[in-house]
Amino acid sequence: MQGTILERQLLEPRSLTDALKMLRDEGPLVPMAGCTDLYVALNFGTLQPKRFLNLWNLDTLRGIESRGATLRIGALTTYTEIIKSGVIRRRLPMLAAAAREIGGVQIQNRGTIGGNVANASPAGDTLPVLLAADAVVVLRSAAGTRRVPMTSFYTGYRQTVARPDELIVACDIPAIRGRQWFRKVGTRAAQAIAKIVVAGVWENARAGVRPRLAMGSVAPVPLRLPQTEEALGGGASLAEAQEILQREIAPIDDLRSTAGYRRQVAANLLGQFFSLRSVRL
Amino acid sequence: MRLNVNRKIVTVKAHPLARLLDVLREECGLTGTKEGCGEGECGACTVLVDGEPVNSCLVPVAQVQGTRIATIEGLGGTHRLQRAFVEHGGAQCGICTPGMIMAAAALGRRPSLDEIRTGLAGNLCRCTGYAAIYRSVLASRTTSKGKGQRAKA
Repeated sequence: MQGTILERQLLEPRSLTDALKMLRDEGPLVPMAGCTDLYVALNFGTLQPKRFLNLWNLDTLRGIESRGATLRIGALTTYTEIIKSGVIRRRLPMLAAAAREIGGVQIQNRGTIGGNVANASPAGDTLPVLLAADAVVVLRSAAGTRRVPMTSFYTGYRQTVARPDELIVACDIPAIRGRQWFRKVGTRAAQAIAKIVVAGVWENARAGVRPRLAMGSVAPVPLRLPQTEEALGGGASLAEAQEILQREIAPIDDLRSTAGYRRQVAANLLGQFFSLRSVRL
Repeated sequence: MRLNVNRKIVTVKAHPLARLLDVLREECGLTGTKEGCGEGECGACTVLVDGEPVNSCLVPVAQVQGTRIATIEGLGGTHRLQRAFVEHGGAQCGICTPGMIMAAAALGRRPSLDEIRTGLAGNLCRCTGYAAIYRSVLASRTTSKGKGQRAKA
């Protein structure tokens, strides 16, 4: 590990209340959960903060719970717990599919959904799923609770609306009726970070079938694609929808892929999603 | 700080943010666990925490207090997986081997080939092409009456 570890300090809250007080009174603190992103940055010296808040033992933030029609996923729930969860497999299979493609087993055992949301990478694998699911991020601070829809959670590249004294405590996911779909395109099935990642829902609504679609690694933030959705929902052809999609995304060249490749794959993936429109679950 | 490593209680002076990998190698003298990439991609540093594989390069030691930690040394040298890797060419240069074996040890006594592939997907090997590793794990499988031991932390 680079940097002098002795300059760093770890705060160990015994409860969520404790943690929220520490964030309010002793900040700025970097919250630590499974450390699968944080320790990569620390090991390579790209992160310089000195003071950390260990959330790992706050078991009240762990687990998946049905609250009527809503599914509440605690922020510390690991990908392994998501993969193994019967209720996730039944009600949110696209999230289980995303969790299975994150890292290898070692990462799935430590990485958490709250960490994926907080890390705010445009390539975060669960983020298109949460966007397409109309998920709500539940934030807690010593001052109270705030509920922010995923669609307004990200404000810019690795920026969120969360304040330094707030913790992500859960994601709430409303019931979904219809077909769910997830695809990740990377260099390798395990371990590789997404070149492009997509989640979609063909929702069986009373007024007919309504699509919801979100993509990662195509813009500075993970994106819902409302214009493409509107076109698809309004009966546009695939070619028309693909043209609108190209205006909605803004991919770049980076170490994993090129803007041109991402545009081509985004169009192809839209084709796959389009072909599922008449397939009822 | 007290840790349970390979069924022994050890006292370490490590900083709570020290990597489990460094504490095992430098304070406990357990150098079987290797550092490969240092970013959770290669799995060379895999150890078991409460029976589950983790990358010890990404785990602060503060997060494993009160858990059972198992490293390659804890398997003793004649574990069914260790014997099978020797007999079936599962180890070549050897740097991935402790991590491979620890990840495989978490799969139970009779994993299917599919379970082995998925369970070892987080462990990279640049020598074997994986086929010899899968053969080794398959060969190590025991029946419920077999004498092979499962890794216990």
